[in-house]
Amino acid sequence: MDVDDSVSVRVNGEHRRVPGGTSVAEMVNLMGLDPLRVAVERNLEVVPRSTLGQVTVEDGDDYEIVHFVGGG
Amino acid sequence: MTAQQDIKADTWTVAGRAFSSRLIVGTGKYKSFEENAAAVEASGAEIVTVAVRRVNIADPKQPMLTDFIDPKKVTYLPNTAGCFTADDAIRTLRLAREAGGWNLVKLEVLGEAKTLYPDMRETLRATEVLVKEGFEPMVYCVDDPIAAKQLEEAGAVAIMPLGAPIGSGLGIQNRVTIRLIVEGAKVPVLVDAGVGTASDAAVAMELGCDGVLMNTAIAEAKDPVLMARAMKAAVEAGRLSYLAGRMQKRRYADPSSPLAGLI
Repeated sequence: MDVDDSVSVRVNGEHRRVPGGTSVAEMVNLMGLDPLRVAVERNLEVVPRSTLGQVTVEDGDDYEIVHFVGGG
Repeated sequence: MTAQQDIKADTWTVAGRAFSSRLIVGTGKYKSFEENAAAVEASGAEIVTVAVRRVNIADPKQPMLTDFIDPKKVTYLPNTAGCFTADDAIRTLRLAREAGGWNLVKLEVLGEAKTLYPDMRETLRATEVLVKEGFEPMVYCVDDPIAAKQLEEAGAVAIMPLGAPIGSGLGIQNRVTIRLIVEGAKVPVLVDAGVGTASDAAVAMELGCDGVLMNTAIAEAKDPVLMARAMKAAVEAGRLSYLAGRMQKRRYADPSSPLAGLI
């Protein structure tokens, strides 16, 4: 997609551009991640896994994408 | 009923879920996922603690913990390690619930980096909020019977006092307070943190704790898999010893062989 149509977001503190109209699920997939194995927070609100496909990525969104790692 | 069957039937229940292993192990500090998985297997643990962290978006194909330790076979207990405020802990657990899909979590809110001692004011506040949101928090806390009671009243499903500072391996420092917490609690009590070696785990169980949670003692042993086995045996031995009821201590000797019939 043309760069002009893309939106600017932050993911895990890093700046990213994704095509306009992308859903959160699509964005996660575009990053090479399995939406079933991560949890997504959008602007400090958890996005339920069931709605990842319905929420559209907006310009300026701030995302945290997390998963389980080893810990005590 | 044989002793073997007795051990098997001796389950404990947290938030309505029954477990037969009384050992919960962490999954941090291991050299490899393979070693971690082998240690979990050897420990017999049915619950493992896990942390919630950012996915590495620069290298998304890195192996994941779930590739090695199957969350369908072992209950993942997400923790809030590294959180120093109630808000951070709550935020972390909301994400954990979404990642895992369950409400049973481990809450810890730390007060300072040096001692990793829990901040009980923030811990209590986080417990109250989490319970309102439907979480079932097992709560890491100080070895203080009053604080433990307050957490229980706030809805903690398990009380998890420290035996000694996290990662210190110093063993159970205050048996008196652990014992008081056990006596006063209506929910399970597990020593969380401070265990260094197998005898420490046995001590916790002999004090009447329902279980023990440990990470570093296994992960930093020279042979973690062997230490995991040792911990499994120690927790079982301590539990049996507690159930058996130890002998009274005496101030002087008492011969084991009869005095009558001496030649």
